[in-house]
This record gives sequence, C-alpha cells and structure tokens, in this order.
Amino acid sequence: MKRFTRLWLGAGFLCAITTFAPLSYAKDTPLNVVATFSILGDMVKSVGGDRVQITTLVGPDSDTHAYHPTPSDAKTILKADILFVNGWGFEGWLDRLVDASGYKGTLITTTQGIDGLPFEHEDEHEDGHKDEHEDKHEDGHKDEHEDKHEGKHADAHGHHHGDTDPHAWQSLAHAKTYIQNITRALLAADPEGQAVYTQNRDAYLKQLSDLEVLVTKTLDTLPKERRTVVTSHDAFSYFADSYQLKFLAPQGLNPEAEASARNVAALIEQIRAENITALFLENIVSPRLLKQIAAESSVKVGGTLYADGLSKPDGDAGTYLKMMKHNIITVYQTLKPE
Amino acid sequence: MLYDLLFAPFVDYTFMQRALVGSCAMSLGAAPFGVFLVLRRMSLVGDAMAHAILPGVAIGYLLGGLSLIAMTLGGLIAGVIVATLTSLVSRMTRLPEDASLAAFYLLSLSLGVLIISGQGNNVDLVHVLFGSVLALDNAALLLVSSITSISLLTLAVLYRPLVVECLDSTYCRSVSTFGSWTPVIFLIMIVLNLVGGFHALGTLMAVGIMILPAVVARFWGRQKLGLMLVIAVASAMLSSWIGLLLSFHFDLPSGPAIILCLSTLYVFSTLATLFKKQPKPLKSITHSITSSKD
Repeated sequence: MKRFTRLWLGAGFLCAITTFAPLSYAKDTPLNVVATFSILGDMVKSVGGDRVQITTLVGPDSDTHAYHPTPSDAKTILKADILFVNGWGFEGWLDRLVDASGYKGTLITTTQGIDGLPFEHEDEHEDGHKDEHEDKHEDGHKDEHEDKHEGKHADAHGHHHGDTDPHAWQSLAHAKTYIQNITRALLAADPEGQAVYTQNRDAYLKQLSDLEVLVTKTLDTLPKERRTVVTSHDAFSYFADSYQLKFLAPQGLNPEAEASARNVAALIEQIRAENITALFLENIVSPRLLKQIAAESSVKVGGTLYADGLSKPDGDAGTYLKMMKHNIITVYQTLKPE
Repeated sequence: MLYDLLFAPFVDYTFMQRALVGSCAMSLGAAPFGVFLVLRRMSLVGDAMAHAILPGVAIGYLLGGLSLIAMTLGGLIAGVIVATLTSLVSRMTRLPEDASLAAFYLLSLSLGVLIISGQGNNVDLVHVLFGSVLALDNAALLLVSSITSISLLTLAVLYRPLVVECLDSTYCRSVSTFGSWTPVIFLIMIVLNLVGGFHALGTLMAVGIMILPAVVARFWGRQKLGLMLVIAVASAMLSSWIGLLLSFHFDLPSGPAIILCLSTLYVFSTLATLFKKQPKPLKSITHSITSSKD
C-alpha cells in the first residue's frame, strides 16, 4: 500500500514537472549570488526570493570591519553570478579577496547613486584633531562628487575606510536606492524573473515607506532638546542626518581605534553640559567603555542599537526591516519626554 | 597651574581615578614577577603566555559570552595547563624551559585560532576580549586588585625559593620537594597577572607593565634584589601616572601612552649606563639572602 502511494506521488510529481516545465525553466538553477554582509544579504534575499541562491560572507552579529576572509570565501565568490558589495571602503578586505579569487562576474556596488556623507566628527573635541579633520573634509568633498557617478570607490583604500561614510543603509530613503540597485542587477542577470523581482521590489519599497510613516509618528515628534544620543562608534550619521538627530561617539568610526583619555573626558563634559539623556550600546562593540561613561555622567543606558550587522534570525534585528524598526523604536522610547 | 596639569584630571573624572588605581594595582602585582622573569632570562615568556591563553579565553567567550569571569577563567585554565606542562616537560626531559614553552604556546595559539575561526563569528575578538584602561568597571577593578593581592602574598611566601631557583635550579630542587614546584607556581602567577591584565587593561599594557619596569630596575638596582623590586614597582606606577596625564592632555590612546613612558625610562636608563659602566652579573644576590636571614 505504502509503495503504491509513493508511486502515485512520484507520478504526480512527474506530471507537475512536465506541465510547469516551461514556466519554471530557470528555476532549476537559481541565480547564485553573494552579498558581503548580513544586511545586504537580507535585502537581496527579499528581492530575489526563491529565484536566487544567496550566500552571505559576514554573518549576523559579526563585525564587517574586522572580518578576515577565508579560502572558502574565495571559492564562494568564484562560483557567484553576482557579487553585491556596499562599497565606500566598508569591506576593506574585498579588493584583495576578489583579486585573489580571480572572480570575473558582475560586481554590484549597492550604494551607487546615493549622495554619500563625508566623515563627520563635529564638536567631539576641540583642537587636538583639527588638522586631521580638515584634511578629511577636503578629501571628502572632492570624492563625494566622483562617488556620485561611480559609486565604486572602494579600491585603493585598503583596510581603512575611504572618505565617504559607508553606513548608508542606516537611512530608509537610501535603503530604497539599495533595493533599486539590487533589483536592476538581478533583472539584468535573469530577465525571466522580471515578474517576481519587480513584485518583491514593490512590496519591499512599500514596507520601507510604512517604516517612514512610523518615523514621522515617533522620532519626528521629539522636542529639539531631546535629540542627542551617545553610541560607541560613528555608524549612525545617515540615521542622524535623515531624522534630525545628533549622535556622539567616543571612538571615531572604526571600532579598532583606541580611545584617548582626553576624548572620553570631552564626551563626559559634553553630556553634562548639553543634558544628554540617552546612551546606546551596539551589538558588535564591547560595551565596557560606554557603560563607564554612563556611570560617570549619570546617563541612562538605552539598550542595544544595530549598526553594521543583523542579529541572529530570531533576535531583535533578524532582518533589515526589523533592525530599522528596532532602532527607531529603541531611540524613541529612550528619548521621549516622560 | 601645576595642579591643573598634574592632579586635576584625576580629581575631576572618576574614570581617570579608576584608570590610575587599576594600573597602579597592576604595577604592584606584575612588576615584581617581571623582575624574576628578567633575572631568569625569560623576558619573552610574557609574550608567549599572552598567546598561550588565547584558546581558553576564546572558549570562555563562546560558552559564557562577553562575561569577564568566563573569559578570565578560560584564559587562566589554558595558561595554567601550558605553564604546568612546560615545567613538567623541562623537569623530566633535558629540554630547557623556554624551548618547551615555545612548543606549547605555539600549540595553544594554533588551537585558539582554530577555535575562533571555526565558529565563523567575526566580532573583532581581540577588541572584545581585551579591555582598555579607560573602561575599568567595578568587576574589572576587583579582578585586578584581587590578583595583585594574591600575587603579593605568593611573592612573600615564595621569595626565597624563587631567589634560589634563579641562581641554581638544581640545588633548589634537591633541597626540598616544595622547591621543585617553585617554577610551576611562578609560571602560574605570571599567567594570573597576564590574564587579569588582558581583560582589564589590554594586551600591550599587561605584558608591558610586567617586563619594562623590570628591565629598568635591572639598570638601577645596583645588583640588590630588594632595591630592584622597589624600583620596578615605582617606575611602573610613575609611568602609569604620567602616561595617563599625557593621554589626557595630548589626546593619545592611554595604554600605548603608559607603555611609551616606560619605554622612555628604559631608553634613558640604557643611555645613562652606556656612559657609566655595564651592569655586572648578579653575584651579590646571595648577599641579599644571607642578609635577610639574619
């Protein structure tokens, strides 16, 4: 009897295949794509759906800045049809990896078309770093325009960031550009999936717009004096820029740099002087220094924000949309007047 | 003016006080053991041990997450295993201690790297695992000060066997059974200080504050062990203070600033002795034993 059912199932399956064969022809070999880090991977998966086989190099809760590629990454890249990167020097190790693997496929810089922000370290401290900052600003402006057209400026920057702040996904508006870029690349590589891709894209863009509505309901209502927060590294300038907030960080943009006593003292002074009420931790940075600053300036610790990587799938920030929602609500809950 | 320059930062900010207390405690515990390391020609053991504890710290992190206790315990266990094996092997075979340590630390280091990469979790482990002087919370301060207390007590008990061991380890072993355990306990104390130092202050600080003051003391100690210990602790504390001030006034990262102060002391000492006479081999150390017996 059992055998019999199996046979029937098999027959049915065969029928299904033959009837739907012309439709799902391309589905036999899904598009093999690689994304460099968890947020990008989630976006690509959302647009590509079942038609793409996505591999993410840097997984959840991991630091892309500090990532060391492995030989299996080179193998993964080599097999890929499309490689999605953020660009602007975010994946400092990428150029070497691409060279070493001999990858010849398409490389898509998803920040293409985004008007990047130069690095900003305003009012963190007074004279100590001034010269350095001025240099950075100059370069930043120069490169900004080139980046607008090319977007692919990551080369030659080695392990360090370029002159443009790469964390553009922290703005929902920019996320739309990411999605458009991803859709365009998928369409070019797999025209037959047009229906699926455009449908997914439109659905995702709608969800992004919904989140923007959430922002106007929450963050936009905050009074002017309650719009400054402290985090552990400068990954939120796009978030701050889009939603008129101010983020201060004790360590500069790269978590690898060590803080100086003067820097920490200046931050504490500023927190006291400006009556800053909230301080946030991050999922991938050691919280010790921030907790120390919080204790010293009697600021409350407002929870964890996600900057460079998603959490595990069942966590607070398992997808990009969940992450942004979590960040927006966490910031709002902490900042809103009692 | 002078007050603003030298004391105000410590009065105004708690984090500066904590940094000073932490690094002074570290100086008190680690520098004396550094002196013995230098005397035993094992100055690089600190570095080797730093690598040897990596697998333990990594396992502690994977099991317990970002908890100071889990990582410290893990590092301690790994370090103690390496230290014990090193001593055992060098006692039972004719391999010198440094050679077997080199073998074991490489073994341990490669295990550590394997464990970390096998997890595929790419948080910058070094950054997460190792603290900064500026971020000493209560737990870290408590850890450092208890390690210092243990170190000083052990030093008091073990002082004479350690001195004898430095001079003639075969003799030390033949005198008592306890004597043969001296090098093991000694290495364990080194591990304890390093592990505590890593989590509280960072890699550079932990190794630097152990070895550099001892080297400086070797120049100025006039071949008297007691004086060398005092000079080592004093120079470590002085450098912590000046280093923190430099970090505060000139916007420098704190750990490197402190170590740079110690290095400056070292360079100064070298130059000073170059124009005087070379330090003699430590002959009169026996005097310090006989005199302390009286």
